[in-house]
Amino acid sequence: MDMNNLLEMAGVNGALQDPDTAHLAIDVHRVMSKNLVPGLQVETEEAEGVIRVRIRVEEGAHIHRPVHLCFGITHQQAQQLIDMDVEVGRKARIEVLSHCIFPRATDVRHQMQARIHVGEDASYRYLEKHIHSDRGGLAVYPSAQVELERGARFSTDFELVRGRVGTLAIDYVLTGRYHSILEMVSRVNGRGDDDISIREVGYLVGEHARGALTSRVAVRDRAQAQVYNKLRATAPHARGHVDCKEIIQDDGKATAIPIVEVVHPLAHVTHEAAIGSVDTKQLETLMARGLDEDQATELIIEGLLS
Amino acid sequence: MGILEVSNLHLTINGTRILNDVTLDFWEGHVHAVVGPNGAGKSTLAAAIMGLEGYRDVEGDIRFEGQSITGLSVDQRAKKGITLAWQEPARYEGLSVAKFLGAAAADGGITAEEALEQVGLSPARYLHRAVDKSLSGGERKKLELASILVMEPRFVMLDEPDSGIDVASLHKIFEGIQSLRKQGATVVLITHSITVMKQAEHAFLFCGGRLIDKGRTPSILPYFEGECLPCDHQNVPTRGGDEHGHE
Repeated sequence: MDMNNLLEMAGVNGALQDPDTAHLAIDVHRVMSKNLVPGLQVETEEAEGVIRVRIRVEEGAHIHRPVHLCFGITHQQAQQLIDMDVEVGRKARIEVLSHCIFPRATDVRHQMQARIHVGEDASYRYLEKHIHSDRGGLAVYPSAQVELERGARFSTDFELVRGRVGTLAIDYVLTGRYHSILEMVSRVNGRGDDDISIREVGYLVGEHARGALTSRVAVRDRAQAQVYNKLRATAPHARGHVDCKEIIQDDGKATAIPIVEVVHPLAHVTHEAAIGSVDTKQLETLMARGLDEDQATELIIEGLLS
Repeated sequence: MGILEVSNLHLTINGTRILNDVTLDFWEGHVHAVVGPNGAGKSTLAAAIMGLEGYRDVEGDIRFEGQSITGLSVDQRAKKGITLAWQEPARYEGLSVAKFLGAAAADGGITAEEALEQVGLSPARYLHRAVDKSLSGGERKKLELASILVMEPRFVMLDEPDSGIDVASLHKIFEGIQSLRKQGATVVLITHSITVMKQAEHAFLFCGGRLIDKGRTPSILPYFEGECLPCDHQNVPTRGGDEHGHE
């Protein structure tokens, strides 16, 4: 299996052939291919045990097509450490589709530590999709510190629903200034003895800053999940919402810790958290159309994580 | 003999008798209405026929095409062709209309697109939307009916089919009911509405968990025309007598 197989698996081969679509493909710590478009700079430095990636979107640049980042590991055993700096210039816009593909992993550690700065009135959208092996020998540690300037927008969507999770520990800290918007969505499907930890902390420090942290997690077999979402609003008219839903089956275990902290009388943050088995009415409606209980449950979870 | 027969059905929930010695049968290919005041046991009867959780522990018998179904699960009953549309349909975060309808679809039956058209929803607008809170109650109600149309059931119970439906859309619901009938389904309408009740050929009147009266729909209609007021579950169809219809 080579990198091309991985890209095919992620369904991005076509995009990577397109000269107008920027991409960067990395196998462990080695750059396999790269294509840039005007307004986008990507520098990489391959070092022992780490690859450093520096992404810069020039001021005012609008990158019209999504940029593909492919982080794959073709080996069964490997450690991948990605150290990333992202700078989105003032009034720039970019959407990144990040594909993390580890279909053969039996003992793989994938770690990403990122520092992201989104400039004034700029927008950075980051979608991270994982494809894992069914064996569960993976440890994934994505972490980031995100700074949003006045009027900036950052949204991220993390999806790990194909293959076994293994160990996952998401750790994001975000700070939003005046009129900024931060949105984080995480969707994870755990089974076997998967261990899921999601920690997202947002600081709404600027007037009219807005934030939303959303987590959707399913755990079955003996899998466990802990979701810690915190939003702290310290400025007038800051608005936020924390929303966590976890479905458990079998001997799965789930914990949700939504924390909302408001230290200004004109700020407002809300939260909702629900943990439990599949809703009976949803289940019985599908069963009344002829699906058995397992099929109905799968469909409900598929929707929740879609 | 009806396609579905209920015999001496009793159901007690948390010490309260909700259905009390109900015996009736539904005729194959006909449209029936089950009517009565709030708390009469109409929806409970449907839940017991469908075998929903909390409504399975019945005394008496429910037979479909001559065979008892009381020991069957919801999906086993559905596989026989029995189904139910809830008064308040379920919402599904993230589940697309296409998948929701696809899950119900019978082999060789009408398509999701055709079913949506029949209930007055544009396939182009709805197929890729989620069956979630972004849809109004009326839209979900129509979707639920569409999911039943694609299923092509043999016995379908529609609980308050007009609930949340605007007047302009009501005829689409009625067309859907007629489509079900044309498919050969036996239809049961659980309703408070005269307009809906008039879609049925036969009606069963419930009060206090008991079947009070049954007959051709016109004979049961007076209950909805102010000629009978709720009393201590002793009301009978008015045919003279006092204002409660008591002789």
